[in-house]
Amino acid sequence: MVMKLEGHALSIGYTDRLVGHDLDVGVETGEVLALLGPNGSGKTTLLKTLLGLLAPKGGDVQLDGQTLKYYSSRDRARLMAYVPQSHQATFAFTVETVVLMGRIAHGNLFSRPTAADRAVAGQSLERFGIAHLRDRPYTMISGGERQLTLLARALAQEPQFVVLDEPTASLDFGNQGKVMREIRSLAASGHGVLFTTHDPNHAMRAADRAYLLRDGAKIAEGAVGAVLNREQLMALYDAPVEKITDATAGVSAFLPG
Amino acid sequence: MSRSAAPGFAVALAALIIGVLIAFTVGRYPIALSDLFSVFLGKLSGRPPDLPPIVENVIWQVRGPRVVAAALVGAALAVAGTAFQGLFRNPLVSPDILGASSGAALGAVLGIFFSLGVFAIQSLAFAGGLLAVAAVYLIGSAVRSRDPVLVLVLTGVVIGALLGAGVGLVKYLADPYNQLPAMTFWLLGSLAATTLSDLLPLFGPVAAGTLVLIALRWRMNVMSLPDEEARALGVPTGPLRVVIVAAATLVTSASVATAGIIGWVGLVVPHMARSLVGPDFARLIPAAALLGGGFLLVIDTVARNSAAIEIPLGILTAVVGTPFFIWLLTSVSRTWS
Repeated sequence: MVMKLEGHALSIGYTDRLVGHDLDVGVETGEVLALLGPNGSGKTTLLKTLLGLLAPKGGDVQLDGQTLKYYSSRDRARLMAYVPQSHQATFAFTVETVVLMGRIAHGNLFSRPTAADRAVAGQSLERFGIAHLRDRPYTMISGGERQLTLLARALAQEPQFVVLDEPTASLDFGNQGKVMREIRSLAASGHGVLFTTHDPNHAMRAADRAYLLRDGAKIAEGAVGAVLNREQLMALYDAPVEKITDATAGVSAFLPG
Repeated sequence: MSRSAAPGFAVALAALIIGVLIAFTVGRYPIALSDLFSVFLGKLSGRPPDLPPIVENVIWQVRGPRVVAAALVGAALAVAGTAFQGLFRNPLVSPDILGASSGAALGAVLGIFFSLGVFAIQSLAFAGGLLAVAAVYLIGSAVRSRDPVLVLVLTGVVIGALLGAGVGLVKYLADPYNQLPAMTFWLLGSLAATTLSDLLPLFGPVAAGTLVLIALRWRMNVMSLPDEEARALGVPTGPLRVVIVAAATLVTSASVATAGIIGWVGLVVPHMARSLVGPDFARLIPAAALLGGGFLLVIDTVARNSAAIEIPLGILTAVVGTPFFIWLLTSVSRTWS
């Protein structure tokens, strides 16, 4: 059954500042939506509003047909997982402990992870090919491995939707490709995926649809093939863009500058 | 960190047991280990041991309350420090970060200034600690910010400084021959005056606060993540933060009310515990409690025995804690494992 995460006529921002308004955005299970826009366009603010971490200043966010603010944080976390930008943690938790934290919404206030929780975390580690890291401190693994750990934690939540904030930022070329493949595989396993990116090529590679945001307003939305073209990107970033196409492989890419 | 924390726990437990044994046996009136065991066994079996009554008197009346108090205060400060370090995502935080110690200090010096009784002074100190943190929390929550934790810490620093000024004023106004030495002594921390009747008001809050923190140990891990990340994982961070701060403040205020200001324990012991059992709070909090008890027992024994007069605990913990802290700073780029 298809489930939807939608924002209707959203105004987004912080207490003292309106970042964007009149935004309609939606993603459903089984598809990948990429959110593109220049620095300061409101991508992250929109992401946090859709996640329920930030209250909308107008309009509303609906998850599975119900207004998001009526969900408890626990119920919300069982439907929607957040993958923040990979970061340096304060404490050297093991990779397995970090992934087990994804199970917290499945227990009660005082509960410890059960054997079933450990099994789910183990499967999640396996799926992203990092089971061998389970006992390593999260602080001692590479940036790419940290991103995969956070993906594994998100999957351990057993959510319907996975929302990622610049999942490819600060990763090397090979790991960027790996994370994009994992995003595709999440959609293939029925998850709805929403991610922000600074690279239109990543959207071309991993997303079904793209949503272009500039100065807090939507300038285009649709299938990546239709929306991501040279004119649109030049308008989005207010910068020259070139498009190159490999006719034999049938893929194209954009070059900035 | 190894998968098994059992060896680490064994070390922490051994530290507590060794601390208890040292604290009971070493002193002006040395007690042989064998005598200590026969007194313990005699109490358990109900048969009085064949020893001079002074031995039993020293063990049960003189050292007993002090040993229990030292273990409880050490455990309390270590547990509160562990909780605050996690909550504020900063391994250099100690239990007085939100002003509990400064508030308790002001309460105590006011009690001494008005020549109140011991119990009243302790109650004022306890209430002062709780009130200070409550004020910090209310002011911090009133400030709308994207980083509620940072606002809380800064408010704690500011209010702590104000309360420190209050302590200074009361000391300045105090009678320099009777009151001022008492205030100074209290502010430096001591367990010398501990009696049996001190133990219940200490034990109650410390046990209650510690149990809450132990019950929440798995949630504490998530609370040490950035606020939005923890919320996205389904943890209601706002209410949980109130509960953790309240529990840690309860144990801190109770121990400061009994023993005065003893710094460093809450800063140093969590690191020792972390190196033994790793950063997972489920193991860390119990290990810190054991280790903190053992640590303060050893410190207190040194305080009793190393000089003609008792050395204030706060001074000894600073002497031990400062080199440790400097070592910590020099290795700050390493992980907090």
